[in-house]
Parts: sequence; C-alpha cells; structure tokens
Amino acid sequence: MTEPLIRPRRKDPLRKTREPLLPQGIRSRTAFGLTAAAAEGRFALQVCTDCGCILYPPRDACSRCLSGRVPFRDVPSGGVVLAETTIRTSTDVYFRERTPWRIGTVALDCGPSFVAHLHGDVAEGARVRMTLRLDKSGNAVAIAMPDTPTEHQEDDVQLRELTCDPKFRRVLITDGRNATGQAMVRAIATAGASIVFVGLADPWKPFPGEAALREIPGVEVVSLDITDSQSVADTAGEIAHRVDILVNTTEHPRIGGIMGRHGLTVAREEMDIRYFGLLRLAQHFGPTMRARGADGVNAAAAFVNLLSVHALMNWPLYGAFSAAEAACLSATQALRAELRSGGVKVLNMFAGPLDTEWFQSVPPPKLSPAALATATVDALRKGIEDAYVGDVAQDIRARLDVQPKALERELGA
Amino acid sequence: MNARPAATSALAVFAAALAGGTIRVIDLTHTLTPEFPTIVMPPELGQCAPFRMEEVSRYDERGPAWYWNNFSMGEHTGTHFDAPIHWVTGKELADNAVDTIPPVHFLAPACVIDCSAESTANADFVLTIPFVEAWEAKHGRIPPRAWVLLRTDWHKRPPREYVNLLDDGPHSPGPAPAVVRWLVEHRDVHGFGTETIGTDAGQAAHFTPPYPAHHYMHGRGRYGLQCLANLDQLPPTGALLLTAPLKIRQGSGSPLRVLALVETPP
Repeated sequence: MTEPLIRPRRKDPLRKTREPLLPQGIRSRTAFGLTAAAAEGRFALQVCTDCGCILYPPRDACSRCLSGRVPFRDVPSGGVVLAETTIRTSTDVYFRERTPWRIGTVALDCGPSFVAHLHGDVAEGARVRMTLRLDKSGNAVAIAMPDTPTEHQEDDVQLRELTCDPKFRRVLITDGRNATGQAMVRAIATAGASIVFVGLADPWKPFPGEAALREIPGVEVVSLDITDSQSVADTAGEIAHRVDILVNTTEHPRIGGIMGRHGLTVAREEMDIRYFGLLRLAQHFGPTMRARGADGVNAAAAFVNLLSVHALMNWPLYGAFSAAEAACLSATQALRAELRSGGVKVLNMFAGPLDTEWFQSVPPPKLSPAALATATVDALRKGIEDAYVGDVAQDIRARLDVQPKALERELGA
Repeated sequence: MNARPAATSALAVFAAALAGGTIRVIDLTHTLTPEFPTIVMPPELGQCAPFRMEEVSRYDERGPAWYWNNFSMGEHTGTHFDAPIHWVTGKELADNAVDTIPPVHFLAPACVIDCSAESTANADFVLTIPFVEAWEAKHGRIPPRAWVLLRTDWHKRPPREYVNLLDDGPHSPGPAPAVVRWLVEHRDVHGFGTETIGTDAGQAAHFTPPYPAHHYMHGRGRYGLQCLANLDQLPPTGALLLTAPLKIRQGSGSPLRVLALVETPP
C-alpha cells in the first residue's frame, strides 16, 4: 500500500523555490511512436507486419526478420518483474534530487523486456501492468504499475512525477457560469483539490447554479473575464503563484458556417473568447506556472484546454466555431512547447457536441458536461496530453487516421 | 467681419464666467471600463461589445518613449448617444446618423425630472404625463428643443443592482409610451436621457409599442442619452448640455463625454 500523500504544509518563504529540471529528453524519431501512445494513455509497441514480432526498444527494422514494416500497435501490457534495484545517487541533475528511485527489469507477456520505472507497490516477481507515460520532458517513459490497483496508488512519488493528479493541488476553473465549468468544479473538488478557484465574468449577470456553486467546499470565486486583458492580468497577479492546474472552461459554441452568417460580430466573439482568451491566460498564468513546475507536492502541473474535436476537421454546420477551435488547437501546440521547460503539461480534451443548449438541435450522441469533467480528472490522473472523450470524438479520431478526405466530405454532407 | 468689443461678446462673457467659476462644468459621464455593464440581448442575438483596451506600448520595447492603447467597444457602450437611425422608426429620416446630425444639436438645455424617490421605492417606476405636468407646475413648462433627463439616482447603484436582471429580464425605471409621445408632440423636446442602461424602462419590451422612448424619439428625429451619471448635481432647469458624439460614418450612436454647464447665481 502506498503511503498516502499528506497535504503539503505552507511554503517556507525563506526557501528558494526549486527550479524545474527535466530528465533526459532526447528520443529517436522512431521512438516518438512511444510518446504518441503515452500522450493518449495507450500502450503501444512496434509490431512487425511480416513476422508478428513485438519490438522494444524502438528500431527501424525488425530484429528477427529485418522487415522495415514495423508500425506501432496497441499491445497487451501484462508482465512480470524479473529484477529490481534502487538508485541512490545520480550524476543527472533531475534524478539527483529525486533519489532514491526504483527501477526494474520487466518481461512482458507479449515478448520484449523493459528496463522501467517501478511503482512503489510493485515488488520483484510481481505481476505488473506496463504503462507508457509522459515524463517532465514530455517524452515517453515506462512505469510498471501493480497488476490490480492498490490503495492510494496514485500517491506514489515516482508515479506522481509523471501525472497531474489534482489531489492537494490548487486548480483554476476559468468560467463557473456554464454547465461544463460547474461540472468541472465538482469533479475537481471531489478529486481532492485543496482550492478550486472559479472565475466569474460579469458578476452582475445572475446564472443558474450560482448559489450551489458558491457552497461547494474549497471553492473560491474570483473575478475573471478572459476577454478582458486587464481582468486576466489582475487576477493572475493575485493568484497565478497558487494555480497548479488551470482548466479553461470558457466556451462559446455557436451554430453557423463561414459564408452564410451575416457579418463578423459572432466570429469576432468566438475568436476573442476562445483564441484570444487562451492567449491571455497563457501570457498571464503561463510564465508563473512554468517557473513552479517542481515546487513540491503541489507543483504546477497542467494547463487544460477543452477543445471541440472539430478543431481537427471542420464541421460546416458549426463552421466558424470549428475554425476558432482549430486556432486554439494550434496555439496549444505552441504553448506545449513553451511550458515544457517547466515540466508543465498541456492537456487537450477533445469532445464532440455537448449536451447543452448550444447543441440543442444536434441529435445524440452528445457528451454530458459531467462526463467531460470526469474524463478530465481521469486524464490529469494519468498524465496524458490528448484525450478524445465520447463517441463522436473517438469516431472522428479514428476516421482521421484512416481517410481524412472522406471525413471532410462526410462532415460537410 | 468686425469683432465686437470683448466685454459685450457673448462668448467672452461666457468664457469669463467659466474662468470665474460662476458657470461650472459637471461631468455626466461614466468612466469607460471593461466592467461597466452593456445592454443584454437574448444570447442568440447580436450583442453590443463591452469596452476593452489593449496596451500598444508603455515606455517599453513596444514603444520606448510613449504609452498608448487600442480600444474597442460598441456604439452603445458606456455613457452614449442614440441617433435616430438607431431605431427602425428613424431609419428613413434625413440627417439621422451621428455624422450627419447638425452640430448645433449637440448643445441644448436640459430639464431634469427627479424620480429618484419613486425609483428607489419601485425599480419598475414608469414616468407618466401627470408626473411631468406636476413637475411643470413647479418648474415651468418644458421649452422646445430641450433635453428631458430622468433623474433616478440609478448611477449610484452597484452593477448587479444597476442592471437588476431577474429571470424575467431587467427591472429599471423609464417612461410610459404616452409620455414619450406627448413630450415629442406637445413639448417638442430635443431628446430623452436616463441614468439607466437604455432610455427605456427595463421591462419596456412588454410595452405597446415596445421601447417607446426609442420608437417615438427616434421616429421624430430626436435623440437619446443613456448611462448618464451625476444627474443629482443638476438643477431642474437651466443646465446646458454639450453632447457631441464621435463622427462615425452612418453611426447609430456613440460613446461620448456628456458635459453640463450650470450657472451658479452670483
């Protein structure tokens, strides 16, 4: 059983904040196949198309038949720990301040053996489930997890280095006015966040659920309008150093295509609320979060974006909305590169139409705000950076892989 | 043209009174800030943009010796002027936009009708003809081409009480349809001004016609002023308003600085 995490004490203001360091982050181009799988929380290795051999570490030709056709495929993750060791000192500056650190050799049932990080509840000889995770450098590493979940397993120090668990972290939900924001507040509070800052624009506008929102334990309502640079700057000035996870729940889905809409007023609002809003949050919260990537148990961990899956392929019925989402997706890729030096992850949650008033005329399947919130907490706990939530998002993800042009035509049919 | 001797020039007398403080300038304008409420339309309709400001430079790498901003907002944001073209009833009139209104119309006297006690007691207070007649009995008949300003002390309210949105819409004072029509037809007023977010009452969508201050004033080429401040500092009669909007081509209105000139008796 893992020693449960203890709520971190208040920081000693006389101590220097630990600077974020990164583990070695160089990978071969082929090895980014592991990173791609880790980014989505999948376990994938190269599988030789010709002889079926499963390969690890990544290589450009099959080690058995020399075939060059060795794509990554999801494979079974079960295995056994053959040997374990504890590293007590290191010349690597990242691991040097994190020892002792357990690693081990794990033989996978599907063939290859791994030298991997070991979860604290995994002993020599034990059955394990191998997982690929993104480390602070943003690259895939393997950590062997207990075969069946153990109590408090998510609190393991080595695992927590690879995840963005909201437990004992302070989380900013940028907009508490909409259904998604309110569901997110509940999910994050339930996940054990120590403070949930909830942004509220236009406090003079009443909204459903306001009283209940303010009653949730741990909630602190802050004035935040992400369409107003001064508001974002002011609120960041007050709380940026206490925001460990930022979840941008500010949304503006509006029906309408590119040509048929009368003028640009709504399109401007879409870009201002979504794209420029993201930039304002990144400019005012990003630098402080990046500087706090190794600041103890509640180090800054993740910047979370809720994106429409139609950022990946335009849905002409919501054409201008899709375009604004695509702009956001592109910006999050830049932000990911910028936050990486702090070990802070950018998590993109891709969702299809939500079951809200703004997708009223769209037939099911639609994703409930609560399901999106639950999936977000799950993604933070896993430490992934791209999640496709619900049937529509997963369907579009799969069809993009197979035949993007067909998807374009079908969405526009 | 010969200049008249300084002492008898009306403008010189005026300038001397300003300098001497017997004519005071009262600012009736709210500061433009991002937080100031704008009118709320149903969310599927087009919305008035709130005031926003982006710094261009502040003595920094973006411009070493100078500070300046870009700002954006709607024509009907903050303390603003409504031109007749704003309303469908005024769309065919001549000189109905902010750029074509004769500039002389931007200077006019004001009558201030104090409804602050009534509005405090009832957020849905509606101004009626008898109420104005009672005011006239005290202060004299409203002269032609004068602004009529509704003093409610609404400008003192914090934002939530200022907009006063309930689930059946905003609740704020304003004029009844009959009194607006009467002010235009029988008093030839210049325009109608309020401290609230619009010239009409919060619930005026349910009046007949809806939004009567807009309907009748703009239909007859008259003007509107809203989100005014400091009406409590004006006398019932005698103030002169300076209300020049921005010269926006075919503009339906404009944020503006509203100044009142008030003479202090010697």
